[in-house]
Amino acid sequence: MSLQQHTGGPSKPLVEVGQEVKLGQKIADGSSFISAALHASVAGKVVEIAPHPHPAGGEVTAIVIENDGSDEWAEGIGPKGSLESLSPEQIREIVKEAGIVGLGGAAFPTHVKINPPPDKPIEYLVLNGCECEAYLTTDHRLMIERTEDIAFGGKALAKALGVKKVIVGVERNKPEAIAAFQEIAARDDLFQVESLEVKYPQGAEKQLVYCLLGREVPSRGLPADVGVVVQNVATAAAVADAINKGWPLIKRVITVSGTGVQEPKNVEVRVGTPVKDAIEFAGGYNGTPGKVLMGGPMTGIAVHTTEVPVMKGTSGIIVVPREDVKQYDPSPCIRCGRCVDACPAYLMPVTIANFAEKGMLQEADQYGAMDCIECGCCTYVCPAKRFLLHWIQLAKHQLLALKRQNG
Amino acid sequence: MDVSWLSMISMGLVGAFFALVLAYASRVFAVETDPRAAAIEEILPGANCGACGFTGCSGFAEGVTAGKAEISGCPVGGADVANAIAEIMGIAAPTDVKRKVAQLLCAGDCEQAKNRAEYNGVADCRAALLVGGGPKMCTYGCLGFGTCAIACPFDAISMNEHDLPVVDEEACTGCGICVEACPRDLFQLVEEQQGVHIRCRSFARGKEVRQACDVGCIGCRRCARECPEEAIEMVDNLAVIDYEKCTNCGACVAVCPTNTIHWQKEKPEVKKLVAVS
Repeated sequence: MSLQQHTGGPSKPLVEVGQEVKLGQKIADGSSFISAALHASVAGKVVEIAPHPHPAGGEVTAIVIENDGSDEWAEGIGPKGSLESLSPEQIREIVKEAGIVGLGGAAFPTHVKINPPPDKPIEYLVLNGCECEAYLTTDHRLMIERTEDIAFGGKALAKALGVKKVIVGVERNKPEAIAAFQEIAARDDLFQVESLEVKYPQGAEKQLVYCLLGREVPSRGLPADVGVVVQNVATAAAVADAINKGWPLIKRVITVSGTGVQEPKNVEVRVGTPVKDAIEFAGGYNGTPGKVLMGGPMTGIAVHTTEVPVMKGTSGIIVVPREDVKQYDPSPCIRCGRCVDACPAYLMPVTIANFAEKGMLQEADQYGAMDCIECGCCTYVCPAKRFLLHWIQLAKHQLLALKRQNG
Repeated sequence: MDVSWLSMISMGLVGAFFALVLAYASRVFAVETDPRAAAIEEILPGANCGACGFTGCSGFAEGVTAGKAEISGCPVGGADVANAIAEIMGIAAPTDVKRKVAQLLCAGDCEQAKNRAEYNGVADCRAALLVGGGPKMCTYGCLGFGTCAIACPFDAISMNEHDLPVVDEEACTGCGICVEACPRDLFQLVEEQQGVHIRCRSFARGKEVRQACDVGCIGCRRCARECPEEAIEMVDNLAVIDYEKCTNCGACVAVCPTNTIHWQKEKPEVKKLVAVS
């Protein structure tokens, strides 16, 4: 159980080595405003609190729990009462205590997102069911199998935010999911279903808000700046579990797929399950694995060891066989402008990347490096195979470091 | 009157008018500068590297005259420049200016240090670090993409055939830009005459170091025990040398089982400072 599973400050452990923990017991708490609590996903004994490989590279302190197999729930886990009886503050508190973070991939703490500053009134809640990355089908299945839970979670989040309209955005390639939500919308005026064009990155929140409402999120802003909050459908389902059953976020659905696994499937796993166990559950490797990605093929992170645990924000595990992993050798830019056409944030990737390459950070910043959503479209379309996104990521990283340094 | 004469006279008058205005303005709006600052700038190396912490050489020269910068503040110029500045400022020359050069605290080139993954991305150490912490198994060592060599304004760092940076100690001015550039903090400015260097910065346990690299410090403590001056201290599984105490005797070099400690016996001192255009 890594202590850095979310965007923001790492969690602070609340347990010690040798201590017995129960299923769902809070084992670490948020350290700062943007941080999240962590709960034991198995019952057993804490055997180690030490640095452990992290998907983002390097090592991050993790709490290792030896599973005793009893799955005995911790005390106080149970329904939190009906939605009508809960106040918005109580809902926020439940979400915070359950350690819920955005399950779409970025893992931003949900309680922060549903607590916008008073000067930014929220009009709409958008439930994001686009799932635009190839291979991933977790949200798709979730929308069909747990439609009611997602709707309940959406209602709870809407109550916490005080919004009157919940828009469910689903890509057109998931007709069953659209039909399921249309049923809900037919009997509940709160909901509205929109079927969207199938394209990448349809599920990026700023692009989704523009597509649904025609509102453009300002540079460096958040959807809250235009009166919208976007939540993933899986997050809504997790909120429903937290209210109806009292479960903290200890498990999630992931897609184990790619041509490098024997039986691609969606599995519900406990947070903290080693990636290798999930791959083994999907029948193991098909041929020699070449690359293992956590997340989708476009935004996923390649990991160097399958010892890393599944995180709260892990939406999938993609295995690419050895023969399919290509090595690219970048050649000079031919000024074709395809990256500019492809950029969903309307940036000029080539210009920002060139500034980054020359170390001209202020110029990269002026050209909107910080507005890059890191979707990878520019690099994907580049005929010269230039590592555009990689340079932009470097510029963003250095700009953030500079900002921290200057306070 | 001929039109050519007319234009010559009128242009001449306009020219004379502006010349007078400019001459007057240059006296009235003259910015007072310390003549010593100009003299100091003259003798500075002129590399504008920024190693002194000021904006270029003129910034440093003004800093010295304003009393904000040390006379020996230019690491590139070293003792000679410090003496010359002292002469201009009319104060005693500093005696403790010793030339420093950059030393790389890693010996794990692509032959010695193993990789854990194949890397295909921007050939830059800082960028490689963003991809899962870089391709090398050792999470402390040199990544070998030469960000330091590109950053060095004096061309004193070159990459050898095994992708490890080599510092040309004669060309190195000790400006410290490589220290800043290396994302793994592998450069250290050390006084020139020091010849013994522990070229490893891995705080990992011995077993992990052995798995990752053939020349890493495994924390066996032999060097620390052997050192007659007690100049080597163990910090989290890593032998760290105290250059204040080290006498270049080389006793530690012989006992190191992994050849992590490099020794240049009777190191020649570079007398002449490099001229920088």
